[in-house]
Amino acid sequence: MRFILENNRLIPEPLAKVQGKEAMPISCFEHLPSFPVHPHFSFSTELLSFLEGKQLLLDELPFPIELIHAHYEQGYVMYKKGITKTTKGYRCERCGNEEAHLFASFFCSRCQQPCPYCRKCITMGRVSACTPLIVSCIPVRGQMYDDALHWHGTLSSGQQSAAEAVVQAIEHNDQLLVWAVCGAGKTEVLFPGIHRALQLGKRVCIATPRTDVVLELAPRFKQVFPHLPVIALYGGSEDRGKTAPLVISTTHQLLRFYKAFDVMIIDEVDAFPYSVEPMLQYAAEKARKEPSSVIYLTATPNRQWQQDVKEGKRKAVTIPARYHGFPLPVPTFEWCGNWRKAVKKQSLPRNVLAWIHDRLVGGKQAFLFVPHIELLEKIVAILKKLNSNIEGVHAEDPARKEKVAAFRKGELPLLVTTTILERGVTVPNIDVAVLGAEDRIFTEGALVQIAGRVGRSAQYPSGDVRFFHYGKTKEMMAAKQHIEKMNKEAAKRGLLKTK
Amino acid sequence: MTHSCLICHAPYHPIVTWQHVLTLKNLDILCEKCRRSFLFISGEMCESCGRPFQHLDSSYRQGPVCTDCIRWQEDDDWKDVLTKNRSVYLYNDFMKEVVSLWKFRGDYAIVKAFEEDFSREFFRHFDDTFLIAPIPLSTERLYERGFNQAKALAELLNLPIHDILTRHHHEKQSKKSRRERLQTENVFQLAEPISLANQRIVLIDDIYTTGTTLRHAAKVLLEADAASVSSFTLARG
Repeated sequence: MRFILENNRLIPEPLAKVQGKEAMPISCFEHLPSFPVHPHFSFSTELLSFLEGKQLLLDELPFPIELIHAHYEQGYVMYKKGITKTTKGYRCERCGNEEAHLFASFFCSRCQQPCPYCRKCITMGRVSACTPLIVSCIPVRGQMYDDALHWHGTLSSGQQSAAEAVVQAIEHNDQLLVWAVCGAGKTEVLFPGIHRALQLGKRVCIATPRTDVVLELAPRFKQVFPHLPVIALYGGSEDRGKTAPLVISTTHQLLRFYKAFDVMIIDEVDAFPYSVEPMLQYAAEKARKEPSSVIYLTATPNRQWQQDVKEGKRKAVTIPARYHGFPLPVPTFEWCGNWRKAVKKQSLPRNVLAWIHDRLVGGKQAFLFVPHIELLEKIVAILKKLNSNIEGVHAEDPARKEKVAAFRKGELPLLVTTTILERGVTVPNIDVAVLGAEDRIFTEGALVQIAGRVGRSAQYPSGDVRFFHYGKTKEMMAAKQHIEKMNKEAAKRGLLKTK
Repeated sequence: MTHSCLICHAPYHPIVTWQHVLTLKNLDILCEKCRRSFLFISGEMCESCGRPFQHLDSSYRQGPVCTDCIRWQEDDDWKDVLTKNRSVYLYNDFMKEVVSLWKFRGDYAIVKAFEEDFSREFFRHFDDTFLIAPIPLSTERLYERGFNQAKALAELLNLPIHDILTRHHHEKQSKKSRRERLQTENVFQLAEPISLANQRIVLIDDIYTTGTTLRHAAKVLLEADAASVSSFTLARG
């Protein structure tokens, strides 16, 4: 779409009455005029509620351009540039991309000229030099919900103090890191804070890098906030285009939001791809109102964040104990020689085989983590000779869900996996081993998460965590220290069950 | 030097061989994994539509021709409308994803990934005496997409392109059955009244699925006295 500038007003080319004026892509205008809100305009509630807190493409708006443009002229809607020129090249205003190799150009049928576009966020619809972003000028207003929370559980004392800190942060539009060990019960920690936010008429978003977490959290929140509109957003979600006081979203979907939330809760802030993808951090930032609070949740903050917490540069609250009050299982290290060589010869180190053999005989289920897909396939082939029910899963495995479900049902004695299962999967009463714990992929965070799979249920609060290695690494040591430190802090704060 | 793959964006090291050093051949813009996922149509195929016979049940084949093509030939309205079709890649799941990113999401730059194969395969089956005509989009669809994928492919050949056809706007083809597609009126017209006498034409399109679209376009060209109409597509469904 091109625009014409007439009497200091932008006019979409198809609506221009005067012919002959030069129509240009929106990115070519130096200044984009906008207007004060006209109070007596009979605006479209449908349009404004669709656009509330969003920043959308024309293609994403199921409304005629005439209607959208009328709202622009009356000051209710703004046109923004999708792509802006920078000194080095271009910048995508939707995703923040400025990397030259992630822009390309084509001869565009919409603006009849070569048109640069952003390749980074293209799966959300193309933003090019002639693409306007449509933004509502009406600030997002929340509704107050007095007693939305219907939850009768109780918080452990570790959870309780964290929950209080969350309430404080939300009330004061503050930043807070909740550093909660695997199995601490961090979801419940959010309940009082969200309850308070809703009382104050604040809009809340819980964002997570992973779709399966959205799918897991949404029913949970719908259950404890039964009369509250709650929506779940992920690629292909049916709730697209809706708004609600409580939104559970992938960090990806936040790209469509703009100044929408008073409370931004980012779950698993250290998880892939959020941790390595500046686009997602940009999206989360852009989706926040000014002012607003932001709560980060994780069991494994990266080293920089740990350091910041230690030095008091970052506000944080820890929950060092699990909800059931038993200490975290501490990993033991076991040298296993050149295991890669063994795998090449269709075998595994003797102590690794013995460990697996013990689980098979004892009938205790286990995860075996290995560094890479190629190794995984070889190792599964080797182990299938011991027991044909042993399976392997990795990120690109189409049967991943089925295999994990079969493991949960107890149908598989051992599941060999890449780091894909390091988070989120909780199965009671299992042991865990890592083969090749020295591999670069096993960072402190990954190893702590892996150890965190064990002893999750109150019924089976312990289990074996074994790191088989061919040379100890700093990451392995840091992971062990991390776990021991948490146990120590839990004991000191009296959060552990005394025998 | 590390590159980033045009399709999956993963970092990779392009393989440099003596050929690259000695002949100025360009380094691949795709990582090895993506490049290997494009599968060529090779081996035995239907001599008419270029459908690979490998993995095709023998009941869909009669000698050198597939049963779909026999059906076309038995229909007086469609007999000999399309001389032949040839396609570069199998339309496998990977190809579907790539085409969807390119054509529907609109990541135009991906066309570069097809360049070498598309051009080489074209000249295996045709030559520069043919007249190149990309399958057009309707004005509405062209605006929606921003570019015509068939034309983007045609441009890879470095031959003159002839926009001799235009297209009416209709509901999407994919929502119709074969019978419905056959019965619909022809959505193509000549862009301007011209004679194509003695011209052999190659239509360029992204996918050959049932061949209906290509035959509709071919019919219009034959009515303008084209000597023959063939087609060349990126993938064969």
